[in-house]
Amino acid sequence: MLSAAAGRGLGRLAHALSRRGFNHTGRVPSTGRPRSRARTGGGTDVLQAESVAAFRGERLVLRDIDFALPAGGALLLVGPNGSGKSTLLRLLAGLLRPAAGRLLWDGEDALADPAAHGARLVYVGHQDAVKPGLTAAENLRFAAAAGGGDAGAALAALGLAELADLPARMLSAGQKRRLALARLAVSRAKLWLLDEPTLGLDTASVARFGTLLAAHRAGGGLVVAATHLPLPLDGAAELRLA
Amino acid sequence: MTRFLALLGRELRLALRHGGDTLAALFFFAIAVTMFPLAIGPGPQTLALVGPGIIWVAALLAALLPLDRLFGADFEDGSLDLLLLCGLPASAVAGAKALAHWLMTGLPLLVVAAPLAVMLRMPSGLIPVLLGGLLPGTLLLSLLGTAGAAVVLGARRGGVLLPLLVLPLAVPVLIFGAGAVSAASFGESPRPHLLLLAAMLAAALPLCPIAAGAALRAAAE
Repeated sequence: MLSAAAGRGLGRLAHALSRRGFNHTGRVPSTGRPRSRARTGGGTDVLQAESVAAFRGERLVLRDIDFALPAGGALLLVGPNGSGKSTLLRLLAGLLRPAAGRLLWDGEDALADPAAHGARLVYVGHQDAVKPGLTAAENLRFAAAAGGGDAGAALAALGLAELADLPARMLSAGQKRRLALARLAVSRAKLWLLDEPTLGLDTASVARFGTLLAAHRAGGGLVVAATHLPLPLDGAAELRLA
Repeated sequence: MTRFLALLGRELRLALRHGGDTLAALFFFAIAVTMFPLAIGPGPQTLALVGPGIIWVAALLAALLPLDRLFGADFEDGSLDLLLLCGLPASAVAGAKALAHWLMTGLPLLVVAAPLAVMLRMPSGLIPVLLGGLLPGTLLLSLLGTAGAAVVLGARRGGVLLPLLVLPLAVPVLIFGAGAVSAASFGESPRPHLLLLAAMLAAALPLCPIAAGAALRAAAE
């Protein structure tokens, strides 16, 4: 009796999935829409996505996402609002499970161990995640302990050295954004996931951020960024989401 | 381990910077306990009878107070994503949060409970039993509360839902905690009660952080 109830439950689940457009292999059947693809040539690919699909609530926002990124590579996610740029970034961070497809890191399943995957990336979301009660330096302390870098040097790299001992509630919106970006500089993680990183930054700060990005890529780091603004990323591949 | 300690340090620094939250729970505990002699009369016999129960119930309610901000603030400002990506398993993040909650709420409650017990005319021989029960008891409340706070994360009116979820789970803690003191007051050994509390703690120590970690991952999706 119990197994019959469980069978009915599974049947309902399968029905719900098929209504969402899945077939038995768990792949999204390709429709007339072109597959979103981006390739950066040469080298061995470190990060790969294979026909990744994701839901946001009940809506399928990403389907058939394929890309491959070698060491030192950069990928720009472009597309209108609501096209799934932030969803894809959260998916690459392992915060969201793909509904179909695979994410590979050095050829192996990246999301098999979410904690280990978390340690090899830095995610700067559209929220700054700055604690108003702590000073700028204290805000970075945990990221520095987790990432193994130097908080003072990171603050200097983003021009925040004089503000280090100021409570973060006193910082302007752009300065808070720079403090969020300083988390990149305290980490030795290989993959940077950036959601609108330069929103609210002045030109001098964008230039400083460009230096940071170039140094990261020169050291073999990877960058995936969603943006509407021009970013200082030379030779970045583009993934257009519709 | 470095990351766990760094996370614990971050939590404690934040709690000290917003010291009002911690003190509020402590003052709530003291004031709630003080209300009872005013309401039921200051007779030593009556107070000695209900004293342990009053302290246990008040401690339970006071420990609930800071829980809705345990993950709430981090969830709203995006810090929760960073905590989940710091390289620690989600269960370890939840464990650090629970430990921070105990250090900032459970431990102060334990310290204040002794003078309040004296105020309620509890015989001095019973106070070590009361505190011996509150030590695993407050740890259990922190663990259960962390799991509850993680589960209601993102729910509308989560602050109302939280006591409804945590209080029933805390009933066994209350029964054996208060039972230890009343057993001792009748001249029996409080040992079985305290051992049962310790057994519950041994079960909650791995289970609650795992449950809370899974709930945090679900909330971040």
